Amino acid sequence: MIHVNTNYCKGCLLCVEYCPKKVYVKSEKLSKKGVFPPEVKFPENCIKCHLCELMCPDFAIIVEDKDDK
Amino acid sequence: MGFISNDIIIEKYLRKDMLPTIFCTGCGIGSVMNYALRAIHDLNIDMNETVFVSGIGCSSRVPGYIYSDGLHSLHGRAIAYATGVKLANPKLKVIVFTGDGDCGAIGGNHFLHAIRRNVDITVISINNFIYGMTGGQVAPTTPLNSKTTTTPYGNIEYPIDLSMMAKVIGAPYVARWTTAHPVQCISSIKKALQKTGFSFVEVLAPCPTSYGRLNKMGNTLDMTKHFKESTINIKLYEKMLADGKTTDKMVIGELVDIEKEDFNTKYNKFCGELK
Repeated sequence: MIHVNTNYCKGCLLCVEYCPKKVYVKSEKLSKKGVFPPEVKFPENCIKCHLCELMCPDFAIIVEDKDDK
Repeated sequence: MGFISNDIIIEKYLRKDMLPTIFCTGCGIGSVMNYALRAIHDLNIDMNETVFVSGIGCSSRVPGYIYSDGLHSLHGRAIAYATGVKLANPKLKVIVFTGDGDCGAIGGNHFLHAIRRNVDITVISINNFIYGMTGGQVAPTTPLNSKTTTTPYGNIEYPIDLSMMAKVIGAPYVARWTTAHPVQCISSIKKALQKTGFSFVEVLAPCPTSYGRLNKMGNTLDMTKHFKESTINIKLYEKMLADGKTTDKMVIGELVDIEKEDFNTKYNKFCGELK
């Protein structure tokens, strides 16, 4: 599971750029903070490399290692 | 090399009531904080015996977010305070977060003399080439011909190179990376934390709000791409030098890694001899 905390996100979209599997896209809806946060469009492509968490300057993304199936 | 999830970092190391951070969209300081905390987590450093020290500036707000003892000191005097903390209680691990103006301009002398004394502290300098917090004035690290609010037609002063300065004065560990090199940056911070003596890690961070906007460099994505293009690893650079070529690019990588006796060890030895 990938959680994007829209309360922390400032919409820099580094995660969209640096995700090697292109899991994220830019959301079309404004968040409460008035920015376009990333949207998890293809969660099945995620390989759990945690690069998006590493690149995110605002601690807004959490990628859970375990899948809750 | 596996990375841990952000929820461990947030739960264990951050003051959640202070989040979200005050930094602008795309600012690199949050990333550097993340890298430093991951390095601390990997080394299992006890947060009860760690002190974070900072001066004034954007980068100096970092200790305010970390759930640990911190010292938000006077402008430029972060390293002086850190020296005091380390000498008063040598058991503590002292980590200084400082910016380029704090470390190179206002606190320039403290920086030089802490390296000269070789005090056992780790300095993480977040270099964004500008005084970001006060509105984008020219800093000592601003590159030639860059536009800032106080140099609207381009900067005519030559910039100083903090890492090279530390290397010349004799710091035992000096590394420089950018926020576009997260893995290398984490391993360098780890090495710096393990080093006995003055260890210096300079991280080039994008400042899209001040530096990027005034110099028409675009948003943080363009700036991180620019960092990748305008820097060269020291190993490649040495090969180029051996071939007789030169380059204008900024040299990144582990610039110095030597062993040198630190101030506390020397002081204890000296006291033992006197007895």
